[in-house]
Amino acid sequence: MNIHEYQAKEILRRYGIPVPPGEVATTPEEAEAIARSLGGTVVVKAQVHAGGRGKAGGVKLAATPEEARAHAERILGMEIKGLKVQKVLVTPAEEITSESYVGVIVDRASKRPVFMVSREGGVDIEEVAATKPEAIRKLTVDPRYGLLPHQAYWLAVELYQEPAQQKACALILRQLYTAFVESGASLAEINPLITTPTGEVKAIDAKMNIDDNELFRRPEIAALRDVSAEPPSETQAREAGLSYIKLDGNIGAVVNGAGLAMATMDLIKFYGGEPANFLDIGGSSNPEKVVNALKIITSDPNVRVILFNIFGGITRCDDVANGIVEATKRIDIKVPLVIRLTGTNEQAAVQILEKAGFRATTSMDDVVQEAVKLARA
Amino acid sequence: MAIFIDENTRLLVQGITGRDGSFHARQMMEYGTKVVGGVTPGKGGQRFEGPNGQTVPVFNTMDRAVAETGANASVIYVPPAAAADAIMEAVDAGVKFVVAITEGIPVLDMARVYPYVVERGARLLGPNCPGALAPGKCKVGIMPGQIAKPGPVGVVSRSGTLTYEVVYQLTNAGIGQSTCVGIGGDPIIGTNFIDCLAAFEADEETRAIVLIGEIGGTDEQEAARYIRERVTKPVVAFIAGQTAPPGRRMGHAGAIISGSAGTAAEKIQAFEENGVRVARRPSDVVGLIREVL
Repeated sequence: MNIHEYQAKEILRRYGIPVPPGEVATTPEEAEAIARSLGGTVVVKAQVHAGGRGKAGGVKLAATPEEARAHAERILGMEIKGLKVQKVLVTPAEEITSESYVGVIVDRASKRPVFMVSREGGVDIEEVAATKPEAIRKLTVDPRYGLLPHQAYWLAVELYQEPAQQKACALILRQLYTAFVESGASLAEINPLITTPTGEVKAIDAKMNIDDNELFRRPEIAALRDVSAEPPSETQAREAGLSYIKLDGNIGAVVNGAGLAMATMDLIKFYGGEPANFLDIGGSSNPEKVVNALKIITSDPNVRVILFNIFGGITRCDDVANGIVEATKRIDIKVPLVIRLTGTNEQAAVQILEKAGFRATTSMDDVVQEAVKLARA
Repeated sequence: MAIFIDENTRLLVQGITGRDGSFHARQMMEYGTKVVGGVTPGKGGQRFEGPNGQTVPVFNTMDRAVAETGANASVIYVPPAAAADAIMEAVDAGVKFVVAITEGIPVLDMARVYPYVVERGARLLGPNCPGALAPGKCKVGIMPGQIAKPGPVGVVSRSGTLTYEVVYQLTNAGIGQSTCVGIGGDPIIGTNFIDCLAAFEADEETRAIVLIGEIGGTDEQEAARYIRERVTKPVVAFIAGQTAPPGRRMGHAGAIISGSAGTAAEKIQAFEENGVRVARRPSDVVGLIREVL
């Protein structure tokens, strides 16, 4: 789960990390009022789940409250990487002496949390990693002991010369690690971590991604989800226990399992078609899940054919067949359905479908070719 | 022979009285796996009723279960909140091969579990995986047994149903499998491609290997290098997600393209550069395997 910059900053503040004040506005008037109460020059920052906000014109300096209002008016409603901006953060502009990057992620290769720090802050860290890997210092943490004091200090001296700043940074790193673990994050980063002319060390931008598997035991974090920041079809799918991503093509696909769903998309393209979505109905599917999947797919006006590719394991083919029959009773499906079912309870499924006037095949290649043909018709 | 499991596997089912645990315990017994008992705290002393009138004992703890049954493997179907501890309980009880089927274990839990398992000399398969199947000998996990048949091909995959697809097509073409292993799609897993490749290389029954990967991470690229250096048996690969848009998570936590590492194109290139043939479609795996056998 993604959370916004302002939410990540609130979490970091709670762990003691120095973060400048700031408030969120959803209207230009609110932005103006916040700028007035903060006083001085402010930054108006788009709150969307996308990188490159600055380049897209979503981050602007404002010398006066009126200017903040004017910027908010332009930024609110703007699209950044296909996501509509609904909120802006208004925060004081800071004087910057240096910009660093500090972050912690769960690393697949070492199977542990890994800290990354760099003096090349304020820019995309993936770009630094690609062009100047020697500018990044990495440190693997043993999650059973956490970030040890000397480890935090090692990283801090990579970034700063001043003893007071080294000490402040080491503390921030330890606070960041605690925030990362206690929020169930898969990534927590401060970019940039700045120093000011008076020598303070502060976090002026922050990003956290939360491991979805943590949400069941962290209701206060789960409550941070901003459904207005994601496409409504994806919200609907998540609430129905489905994994759905909308794409631009015209062949709707309902598949069980992420790997098979991706392989189905690939095969659609292989035969010259374009998938309208990625949709994984997961294991142990009940008929209701299939009904929900069809509701979501039929609400996409581009869809010209719906393809089912089900390999029964935990998923029972007869459950899916019942779902298809049930859905066609409840929803008016105007496009053709092509169905491939094989595996657990395949015979029962074929009988259910035939009784309702559907045909099913057992070959993935056949069903995809048929869908591509129908999408072109 | 097979890898990780065979006819000598004596299996305990952790969570045997639960909905998924009981269903799959029966399926495994039906397949012929030696299920020697199960564990559910609070239900110790009961008998679990399997198929064809067979029953096995239920224990409160893994400690007791291992002591009384001589089990050497376990499979876990407990919910995510208790799964990390269940894995550590299994290795504390002396089990050397633990399969975690559970989906949804927090990754930071796994970061603590993994070194715990390794330090005790055990192997973990998964979590969030379909398990392992040695056709005709033993099934641990949730793979549908009827789609496989004994033969010379070792199959290792990050995916569940896509593995079934490939195994099904191999079987339909008359090509059997030595062992099918699903390693799982989570960011932190106990057994990776390289572990399985090493085991297949050492397994006399295996004559060729199918590796099924996905977008995200660099495990496939590392596997490709390992194959060139250490694997003498022919390997055929397939990568799912060739057309996935970058930056979007496709179901598995593992399947995220971040930065430059992790696209299907990079993985395919890594395999081809290291002498591994890559199937464009799942059905092409059959033809490529036939050529190398």
